[in-house]
Parts: sequence; C-alpha cells; structure tokens
Amino acid sequence: MSTSESSSEDHGGEVKRRDFLYIAAGGFGALTAGSMVWPLIDNLNPAANVLALASVEVDLSKIEVGQSILAKWRGKPVFIRRRTAEEIEQAQAVPLDDLKDPQTDEERTEEGHEEWLVMVGICTHLGCVPQGTKVGENRGDYGGWFCPCHGSHYDTSGRIRKGPAPRNLEIPAYAFLDDTTIRIG
Amino acid sequence: MHPSRSFEPKNGFVKWFDQQLPILTVLHGALVAYPTPKNLNYWWSFGSLAGFMLAVQIVTGIILAMHYTPHVDYAFNSVEHIMRNVNYGWLIRYVHQNGASFFFIVVYIHIFRGLYYGSYKAPRELLWMLGLVIYLLMMATAFMGYVLPWGQMSFWAATVITNLFSAVPLVGDAIVTFLWGGFSVDNPTLNRFFSLHYVLPFVIAAVAILHIWALHIPGSNNPLGIEVKGPQDQIDFHPYHTAKDLFMLSVLLIVFMGVVFYAPNYLSHADNYIPADPLVTPAHITPDWYFLPFYAILRAVPDILFIEAKLAGVIAMFAAILLLFALPWLDKSPVRSGTFRPLFKQFYWLLVIDVIVLGFAGARPAEGAWLIAGQVGTVYYFVHFLVILPLLSRIEKTRPLPESISQSVLSKQASA
Repeated sequence: MSTSESSSEDHGGEVKRRDFLYIAAGGFGALTAGSMVWPLIDNLNPAANVLALASVEVDLSKIEVGQSILAKWRGKPVFIRRRTAEEIEQAQAVPLDDLKDPQTDEERTEEGHEEWLVMVGICTHLGCVPQGTKVGENRGDYGGWFCPCHGSHYDTSGRIRKGPAPRNLEIPAYAFLDDTTIRIG
Repeated sequence: MHPSRSFEPKNGFVKWFDQQLPILTVLHGALVAYPTPKNLNYWWSFGSLAGFMLAVQIVTGIILAMHYTPHVDYAFNSVEHIMRNVNYGWLIRYVHQNGASFFFIVVYIHIFRGLYYGSYKAPRELLWMLGLVIYLLMMATAFMGYVLPWGQMSFWAATVITNLFSAVPLVGDAIVTFLWGGFSVDNPTLNRFFSLHYVLPFVIAAVAILHIWALHIPGSNNPLGIEVKGPQDQIDFHPYHTAKDLFMLSVLLIVFMGVVFYAPNYLSHADNYIPADPLVTPAHITPDWYFLPFYAILRAVPDILFIEAKLAGVIAMFAAILLLFALPWLDKSPVRSGTFRPLFKQFYWLLVIDVIVLGFAGARPAEGAWLIAGQVGTVYYFVHFLVILPLLSRIEKTRPLPESISQSVLSKQASA
C-alpha cells in the first residue's frame, strides 16, 4: 500500500493504469446497478394487457339530438353528446378572448360532424367526472358540464369557463368509421 | 441515588446472552434507566402513545391482510366479508379504521406540544426532522389504506390525490400514468397501494427507532425548555414515566374504544360503503379529517402570475408541510419554551385556531365564505412561519428563565 501511494505521489497528476481500472470497474458497476434498477421502476408503468385495450368502437345510431351517452375507454369515461343547433351556435359564437384555454369549437369537433362532441369525461383539475351527461344533472353556468368536486364549469364545447380547472376537457383521438360509428383511441 | 442506572443481570443465562448480544442493556438504558427531566407534564406522554398506536395498526393490519383481497372485483366484498363473516372481523377492522384517526390525533398533539415548548430547537433539529419524516410516511400510509376498501370515497380520493402530480409541468401526465400503472385508477393501482400500505408501517417503525435514538442523545426537552444541570433535575423513566404513560394510555383507550364501540363510522364517510364506480363521482369528495387543513390549502390558491391555480395549490400544499423542516432555523429565539415568550404564546394559539379553521374550510365545498376562510387561513399559516416567527425571535422580550429545573420544581412546592 505504502509503495503504491508514494509512487502515485511521485507521478503527480498523471493518469495511471490503476486509475483507469478504478473508473472502468466503478463505471461498469454503476451501469450494472442501473440496468437492474430500471426494470424495478418500469414494471410500475402500464402492462401490455392494459396497453392492448387502448381502443374501443362506439355505436352512435341510438343517440337523439340533445342526448348524451357515457362510453368507457381505457377505464375512463368518455362523454359523447349529440348537440342541438342552439348549443353548437352558442359554442361557436364565443370570442376566444373569453377563454382560459383558447380553442375554437371547430378545433374540438370533426369537420362535417359538428353535431358530435366526443371528450374524455375527466375534469382537468383533479380528475373527477363532471356532471351534465345524464338527464337532470347540473350542467353548470354555461350549459355544458359542471364538476362538483371543486366547482369547474365547462361550456357546450367542453371548454373551461369558470373554476380551478386549467384546461378544456380533453378530446381523445377518434375517427368516424361511418356516419354512426366512431373508434376512440 | 440511581440504583437502576446500569443493567446488572443476576441470572447466569441472561448474563451470558447479554454479553454476546447486549440488546437487554440497550432496552434497559432506553426504557428503565433513561434519565428524564423531572418536570415533564402529561403532554410528554404522547410520544409513547404514538408508539402504541403504531403497534395497534401493525397488529390489526397484519390480521386484516389475512382476509382481504386486493383486487378491484373482490376488495369491497372482502371487506364486507371481514365485517360479517370473519370472527371478530368487525372489531379488528373498526379498531384499524379508527386507529388511523387516533394515531393522527396523538401525533398532532405530539407535534403541537413540540411547537409550544420549542422542542425542535438545537440540539434537537434532527430529532424534529425525523419526526416529520414519520409524519409524511404516515400520511402516505393512511392515504393508501383509505383506498383499499374500494368504495366510492376510496376510488375518488385515489383519483384526486394521484392527479395532484399531473400539475407537474411537462412530465405530469407521465408521472400519473406511472403511479396508476394504467390510464386510470384501476387494479394495478389497488395492488401496488396494498403492497406499499403493508410495507410502509415497518419503515415508520424503523424511523421511529431513529427518532428515539436521536431523542436519547440530548435527552427530552421539558416544559421550562432549559437544560438539565445534573442528576438533581432528573428522574428515571421507570417507574415514573412508565406509570404516567400507562395512565395516559388508559385515558386514550377510553376515548378510542368509545368511538370503536359506539360510533365506529363517525369519522368516515357513508359514501365509502358504496362500491367504487369509475363513471360516477360522488357529489362531494372530502379526505379523512386529518388531511383537511392541507386540503383547504390546496384549494385556496388562485392563479399566481404565470403559475396556474392547480400547480400553485399543489406547491402551496407541499410547501406547508416541507416548511416545517426549516422551522428550527426560522424560529431563532434562544428561549425554547412558550411559557417564557409572551408574544410567541399568543401567536402559537392563533396558529392552533388557524389550523382548525383550515380543517373546517377543507371539509366544505370551496366556495363563498369557506373559500375566503381557507384563503385567509392559508395566508396566516405561511405568514406565521415565514414572517412572525423570524421577527419574534428578534424583537420579543422574553421573561427570565428559572435557574434550574430542580429549583423551579421546589419553589412551586414551597409556594403551594
């Protein structure tokens, strides 16, 4: 020991073969430990079966104008509302300056299918399911949805108008397979 | 004067055992011969009581886990099975459910005792911080335990609390998906919460041992907040405090068992006896009472500059707890005990009232007068710790401290 110490002193700041061994061994050790830690962390992310259930088809043919339904996608509620002409007009007439999270109604619907509003039914505040889909539920001050947990009001386009929620209700990726069927996800 | 100070076993086997593994010497030093200031009042019993509540929760919890099924399809029914079929299952479950509340009651009294008597000050900063670590672990454990019965409140509490992390910029949603193990609170979430709910109490027990270890280095603080000057200021833990703590334990048990037998659901929500439904949110979600002050802070904060309300609320809530870690350096007054700090004492009780008001505000919907009460309460909470305490330690004229514990105790006796 004493000889190696004194010899390293003799060489001053020079890089030695032993330094290389230390760094190489330490580096590989850290890499090995890291590669063992990652599986322990990543196992908590969604498993393959959860990811496999990522899309769902919904039949819209039985929904009348003015009605809404609740579909389930990835374990979350999805609001599908067949909006009245009045509701669409109301949503399109809102100036963007009035919005906390500015988005036009056109950006939130499919072209040619403006009647249909498809949204993830989860309040962007802390994840409650807003009311306003079922008949007789409180639709809030803007005729859309109202979240009872912390009082967020959404309009007929699902945009946040009042309350603590920071963003509009999320629009999931969806596509019209034909005029009365959509696939979400 | 102190015949029991050192451990001297007479039995040959005990002597042989303790020489090779001196665990009995350690226990004797901690529970029998541990010298304590002789002026400790009943508020000093709550540390022992907290240890007792931890033991109750671990024992009842291990038994409950033998009958419980952590699966979304069976969890709710398995809890009902425990309540209806398992021998004494109703008793063990009610003790565990209410035990969480009483653990928090005991710990809150323990914390507020420390706040009044300045027990967080040097040389006990690390002791105080270890206590806060235990408190944080307790909150995590209690929250995950609340989710296990898989009722409506379980499910929606899990949803709301995990969604707090979605406020983190950029990676928020990825964190939430990671916590859930899916795209919503579901079976993977329930499974991992069960696993963690089982293991965290043992982590708490380990930190509690460190907490006691750190306590026994400087010894206990006392109501006068002055240093122990010598053996004349002290008495042994046993029999004096073992007896005193046992008396307090019986007081605690009278109240605790009163609730368990006569009002077992008083502290919980009726909605949690409705099975979890991911498509229907209960009209009014509130956490259990022990989280209410923090819940009020979460909801009190509006948009601040470029930080949106949701993130600001989350930051404020976590700050309210993490702030306490800095307390030993915020309150720099050299006098520990509130007894000798006329101004501090008044602000201390204002803080107590403030936390209670926050608790009530947290239980109400965040609107109208209660929202304002929550906002005022939140502001005072932060002002108390960040402005008032640092200021007081500079300007306050404290009352003269007694010369010694012994002298103070004897003069009280003389005047009586």
